[in-house]
Amino acid sequence: MADKRMSEADVVARIEDGMTIGVGGWGSRRKPMSIIREIARSPLKDLTIVSYGGPDVGLLCATGKVKKVVYGFVSLDSIPLEPHFRAARQKGTIEAFELDEGMFQWGLYAAANRLPFLPTRAGLGSDIMRINPQLKTVKSPYEDGEELVAMPALNLDVALIHMNRGDARGNGQFLGPDPYFDDLFCNAAKQRFMSVEKVVPTEDLLKEGSIHTLKINRMMVDGVVEAPQGAHFTTCEPDYGRDEAFQKEYAATAKDPELWSAFYAKWVDVDAATYRANLAERG
Amino acid sequence: MEATRSDICIAACADAFRGDGEIMASPMGTTPAAGARLAKSTFSQDLLLTDGVCRIVSGVPKMGAKLDEMTIEGWMPYRLVFDTLWTGRRHVMMGATQIDKYGNQNISCIGPWEQPKVQLLGARGAPGNTIYHTTSYWIAKHNSRVLCEKVDMVSGVGYDRAAALSPEQRRFHEIRCVITNLGVFDFATPDNRMRVRSLHPGVTIEEVRDNTGFDLVVGEDIPTSRVPSADELRMIREDIDPNGWAAKEVPA
Repeated sequence: MADKRMSEADVVARIEDGMTIGVGGWGSRRKPMSIIREIARSPLKDLTIVSYGGPDVGLLCATGKVKKVVYGFVSLDSIPLEPHFRAARQKGTIEAFELDEGMFQWGLYAAANRLPFLPTRAGLGSDIMRINPQLKTVKSPYEDGEELVAMPALNLDVALIHMNRGDARGNGQFLGPDPYFDDLFCNAAKQRFMSVEKVVPTEDLLKEGSIHTLKINRMMVDGVVEAPQGAHFTTCEPDYGRDEAFQKEYAATAKDPELWSAFYAKWVDVDAATYRANLAERG
Repeated sequence: MEATRSDICIAACADAFRGDGEIMASPMGTTPAAGARLAKSTFSQDLLLTDGVCRIVSGVPKMGAKLDEMTIEGWMPYRLVFDTLWTGRRHVMMGATQIDKYGNQNISCIGPWEQPKVQLLGARGAPGNTIYHTTSYWIAKHNSRVLCEKVDMVSGVGYDRAAALSPEQRRFHEIRCVITNLGVFDFATPDNRMRVRSLHPGVTIEEVRDNTGFDLVVGEDIPTSRVPSADELRMIREDIDPNGWAAKEVPA
């Protein structure tokens, strides 16, 4: 049985310029931030980020890693607008593929099902069709003949997700109230990397949650990163909630280059162990 | 107990959910959240409400209730929200940064989408919500920047856009009403242009016209918005919103 444990740096070594990266979680919730930071401080460039977006998108925009963002929203939840994403959009430094949230799910689902598209009504009549001229409609081949949006597959080179627990082989467990779409991201991707709060022996997986919480199985994962506090400052319930004070500081850096430099030096351009040490010191 | 402007707005939001039956009410924002709770406490007791995260709550917990103060009756993670909204068993009340006379709503950006002057949330679920089930809007500050001639991006689909679709494509589209701090508006006109349904007590039609960026359809007799009963006022103050959050959103 393969031991799939690796470091954040090992994950980044498997990513290439120009790749399409899907990131699990939702807004500022259960984001694989320790891997995101490792990408942010790497020389990688021209990435396409596919995300129910939060600070993952913002941080990668702020560090110049992003060519294009595929999103339904980008938000910090308690701070509705992600300031770094906002700055990048307003400066015009990134391309955008904006979708309805449900279309986005359908795109992942199509990719996971190895289909070219899935039909939906979502998008019809809205400007999603105007701003994305690549989107096409498809006519039902049945008697109804209804014209529907053909949501194209969002095929991913890499999926990055964060779970509460996992084993060394890649079985993953969410213990919070919402699994989000992490399983779809994995199934839509060629390479799948999962960080977890804690790696536990396989026989301990059911000690903290029911069988229903084992949403990710080892077929869906190529690498496991043990990353305590790995989702910080986003939520990772029930292990920890959002660090709202930290998030406020992060958000403030979008308007002040000096604040950003200081934040980058202390909280981005550091390895995971140093980050945790800085966090412990902060108290 | 005297009804305040905020109470009138809460009752108007509640009335939007009247007759909805056993479906999920998704109120976005403070006053809609109070309104949906009032509806569920009184005339629409079969509504399903969530804690704003992913738990379906039994009864009517007060706004801001902690987890251990609520009885959970079901699970509604984001994936089931999409499943539910595609069945149509949902009525969402969203906000709008811009809304036009046909009910087209924008929450994406101000200025050209290609490089916006102001990036907002993104389209979120608005395109899917509006094409799959009933939608209403809540606007806490009625002014001509929000209620404007033309929106910069159509996130939520309005009636002129729906009319351009085929009858099959638009068959689930319904913008039931737009509730603002000044009045209640709907689209019950021959060409589905926004109409004044009622003005809140003390509001004049001139005030509404001065603060609206397009021509509203105005009938000869303009009704006054419903004033909540003494029972409803007690529920709002004591059970639903004891911290008075909605009253802060719509000052007296």
